[in-house]
Amino acid sequence: MNFLTRLRRFPFWAWFWFILGALYFILPLYATFSFSLSWDPADPFKAYERSFGDSRFWNSFLYSNMLALATILASIILVVPTAYWIRLRLPQARRIVEFLTLMPFVVPAIILVFGMIRIYSTPFTIPFTDIVLMQPLTNFRAGTNILIVAGYMVLSMPYMYRSVDTGMRTVDIRTLTEAAQSLGANWFTIITRVILPNIRSALLSGALLTFAIVVGEVVLASFLGVSAFGPYLFLLGQHRAYEPAALSFVSFLLTWLAMGLIQLVSGGQGQAAGAH
Amino acid sequence: MTTHLALENVSKNFGDFVAVRDFNLEVERGEFVSFLGPSGCGKTTTLRMIAGFEMPSTGKITINGNDITNNPPNQRNVGMVFQSYALFPNMTVAQNIGFGLRVRKEKEADIKDRVNEMLATIHMENKANSYPYQLSGGQMQRVALARALAIRPEVLLLDEPLSALDAKIRVSLRAEIRSIQQKLGITAIYVTHDQEEALSLSDRIVVMNVGEMEQVGSPFEVYNFPTTRFVANFVGSLNTAEAEIVDPGKGILNMDGIQLLSSNVLKDKSKGDKVTIAIRPERLSFLAEGKKENVFDGKVENITFLGSVVRVEVTIGTRKFKMDTFNRPSLNLPNIGDAIKATCSDKAVLILKD
Amino acid sequence: MAQVSNSSGPMQATSWKVWLGVVPFFLFAVLFLLSPSFRLLTASFSAPDGSFTFDNIRQLFTEPLIVNSYRLSIQISAVTALGGGIFGFLLAYSVTVGGLPKPLRSILVTFSGVASNFAGVPLAFAFVATLGRQGFMTAILKDVFNVDMYEAGFNLYSFAGLSLVYMYFQFPLMVLIMAPALDGLKKEWREAAENLGANTTQYWLRIAMPVLLPSILGAMILLFGNAFGAYATAYALTGGRLGLVTIQIGAQIRGDVLYNPGLGYAMAVGMVIIMAVSLGGYSWLQSKTERWLK
Repeated sequence: MNFLTRLRRFPFWAWFWFILGALYFILPLYATFSFSLSWDPADPFKAYERSFGDSRFWNSFLYSNMLALATILASIILVVPTAYWIRLRLPQARRIVEFLTLMPFVVPAIILVFGMIRIYSTPFTIPFTDIVLMQPLTNFRAGTNILIVAGYMVLSMPYMYRSVDTGMRTVDIRTLTEAAQSLGANWFTIITRVILPNIRSALLSGALLTFAIVVGEVVLASFLGVSAFGPYLFLLGQHRAYEPAALSFVSFLLTWLAMGLIQLVSGGQGQAAGAH
Repeated sequence: MTTHLALENVSKNFGDFVAVRDFNLEVERGEFVSFLGPSGCGKTTTLRMIAGFEMPSTGKITINGNDITNNPPNQRNVGMVFQSYALFPNMTVAQNIGFGLRVRKEKEADIKDRVNEMLATIHMENKANSYPYQLSGGQMQRVALARALAIRPEVLLLDEPLSALDAKIRVSLRAEIRSIQQKLGITAIYVTHDQEEALSLSDRIVVMNVGEMEQVGSPFEVYNFPTTRFVANFVGSLNTAEAEIVDPGKGILNMDGIQLLSSNVLKDKSKGDKVTIAIRPERLSFLAEGKKENVFDGKVENITFLGSVVRVEVTIGTRKFKMDTFNRPSLNLPNIGDAIKATCSDKAVLILKD
Repeated sequence: MAQVSNSSGPMQATSWKVWLGVVPFFLFAVLFLLSPSFRLLTASFSAPDGSFTFDNIRQLFTEPLIVNSYRLSIQISAVTALGGGIFGFLLAYSVTVGGLPKPLRSILVTFSGVASNFAGVPLAFAFVATLGRQGFMTAILKDVFNVDMYEAGFNLYSFAGLSLVYMYFQFPLMVLIMAPALDGLKKEWREAAENLGANTTQYWLRIAMPVLLPSILGAMILLFGNAFGAYATAYALTGGRLGLVTIQIGAQIRGDVLYNPGLGYAMAVGMVIIMAVSLGGYSWLQSKTERWLK
C-alpha cells in the first residue's frame, strides 16, 4: 500500500518531459562543443586558438561590443527620462508610449532595416528644392553607425522600457521624488542621486538583455554593411568548419553569462524574448 | 439528538511538529460548532482533516457512524467554504453553484432547479449569469456558500469565510450564514480566530491552542466561565492574577494581602494552594457604597473610550486591572490619578484550572 | 492634444509644456520606427513610375512566388508554434504543478531565458553540428540504433529541419510565459473541485484547462509571430533555399529580385499586418486572463 502510493505519487511524466527538454537544450551545445574540439586530436583547442588568433575576429567582436555599449547608453538616456516623466507628470501618455515600445514586435528587424535603407539612403533635401542638406546616412561611416545604433535601440526598446518602467514602479518613484524635492534637491540631483541608483538592477537587466541581442545580431549589421561579429561569424561559416563551431559555442556562453547575470540582478524573474 | 460527526483521538503530525493532538469531539445533527484559536493552533488542520485534504496521523473520523478517515475528499460529501472564496473564474455564478451536481452527473433539469433554489437562498437570483470577477467579496462568499450547500452535504465546513471581507459586510453575512444554517438544519463546523464571530454564531465553541483543545462549551460558558488562563485571555480580555487560598470552604483568597471572596468551587483545593483568578473588566464597578466584601482601593492610571464602552485602567495593590463601564451621557468618570474604590460580586471572581 | 487646448484654467499654460518631456522619445520613434514603417506602406502603393496603384497589394495574392512564400512562412510558424507550445507547456507544467523538485524550476527558467535569446547564426551552426550529415546525433543514430536519418528522408536544410531548429527558441519562450500562468492556478480551486466531488480529470477538463486556455492560445500566437519574423536563423541554415517571406524580403533588399520594388514593399507591409494581428490577438487574450486571475 505504502509502496503503491509512493509509486503513484512519483511524477513520471513530469520527469519524462523535463529530461526530454533538458536533452533538447543540451545536445546541440554538446555537439557544437565536441565538434569544435575534433579538428586536430593532438591539439583539441586548435579551433579556439585559430579563432582567437584572427585579428578580424577581434575587430568585429570589439566593434559589436562598442555598438552594444553605445546602444545601452543611448537607450538609457532616452528611456529613463521618458519613463520617469510619464510616471510623474504625464500618465496620459502611457498608452501611446507603451504601444510604441511594443511596435518592434510587429516590425521585425528585416522590415526595420528595409524601411531604414529606403529612407536614409537618399540625401536630405530642403522640401520642394534640390538643395542637399546632408549626404545619405548610409554613405558615410558615422552615419551608418548612427543608423545601426538607432536600429538596435528600436529592437531592444521593448525590454529596456519595460525593465525600467517596472523598476520605477517597484520603488515608487513618485514618493521618492517628492521626498527628495521636499529636502531641497534639484532635478539633476534627483535623477542622478535618487532615481538611477534605485533602478540600477532594472537598468542592469535591460542593459544585459540589450547586450545579448546586439552582440550576435546579423540582420541590421549585414544589410547596413558593417563588419560586426554577426556577419563575420556568418561569413566564416561559409568556408570554414571548426572555427564557426568554436565561436558559436563562445557566443552561447556569452548569452548564458548575460542571462545568468540578469537572473542574479533581477532576483530570478525570467525575461521573455521576442523577434529573431 | 444523535451524534452526526465524530472525531476520535485525532492527531496530526507534520514531521516532528504536532499540529493537532488527541482531538475528541462529537457534533450533533444540526449543530453549529466553531473552532476558535490563534493562527497555528491547529483549527484549520482539523477542518482540513474532516474535508479529507489532510490525513490524520492517528485517530478516526466518522459521519453517521461510518468511518470516512481514509476516504478521498471527493467521496465524502462535505461542503467546504474557503477563506479566499475559491470560485472557479471561468464559470458563471450559476455554473459554479451547479458544478458539484454536474460532476455527479445529475439531470440537467434537476441541476437547474437546485441552482435556482440556492440562488434564492442567497438572494442573488439576478446575478446568475455574472462571472466571479464581476462580484464583490461578500457576493463571492455567498456564491461559495451556495455552491457548497448545493450538493446537499452531510456537513458544512467554513474556513474563516469572513476574514477577507470588510467589517460591515462581515457582520451582515455572519447573520446570513447562521440563518441559512438554521433554516436548512445542516451540521456546520466554523473555523475562526475572531472571538466575536464565534460567540455570536455558535451553538458550541471549541477553543484551541497549540494543537490542543483548551475548552469546549456554549458561548455563554466559554465567555463567562473560562477554565484556563488561555481561554480567559483569548475570549474577551480578562484581568488575571495569582492568589493564595485562605479558606476553600468559604471561598476566601488572598491576593498580595488583599482579601477576595469567590463563590466558585474550590473543593479540590486546600489552604495555601496557589491559584490563578480571573475577573472580567465589565464585572468590576465603581459603585462600592454599602458593600463590605470585595471592595478594593485603587488609583486611576488611564482612561480610554472604546465607543459604547469606556475602559478605565486602575492599579489595585501592585497589579493593573481593566474596568469596563457602559458609555452613557450621565456617566461620571474619575480623572487620571484619582483614588477610587472598585468592587465586584463574589460570582465574578473565577478560578482558572492551571 | 486636443483635450489640452480645450481644458481651461491656470493649468492650460503648463499642460502643453509637460508634453515637452516626451518630445525626444517621440522624435526618436518618428525618425527610426514610424517613418521607416510608413515609407514602406506608401511605397507599397506606388507603381514603378511613382503613381498610386493597388497592383502591388493585389499581386501579393496572385503572384505564385509570393503566395508560396507566405504559405511556407505561415506553415513553419504554425507548426513550430503548436509544437513548441505543446512541448513548452508540458515542461512548464512539470516544473510548476507537476511535482518536480523546486530547484529544477529555476534551472529550467534560466535555461529558457538563454535559449529563447539564442538564435541566428550560432544556433544554425549548433544544429548543423547536431543533426547535419556528419552531426553528432546523426552519427549516434546510425552507429548505435542503425538508423540513417538522411537515408530515411530527413534533411536539416528542409522544412522539417528548420522547424526543429526554430523549436530551440520556441519552446523556451512558451516556458517563460506559461510558468507564471500555471502559478496562477490556485490550490483552492483544486480543493474546492475535489470537495464538490470532482476527480482529477474533471478538474483539469472543467477548470484548469478553461482557465489556462487564453494564456496558452495567446502564448502560441506570440510564438507564431516569433517564428514568422525570424530571418537570421533560416538564412544561416539554408542560405536562402527555403523561400520564407523574410528570406524573400532579404533578397529583395539586396537586389530587385522581384523586378518590382513596390511588390517588395507590399510584402513587407503584408508581413507587418500579420505580425500586428498576432500581437493584437496575444494582448486581447492576455487581458482576458488577467481579468480572471486578478
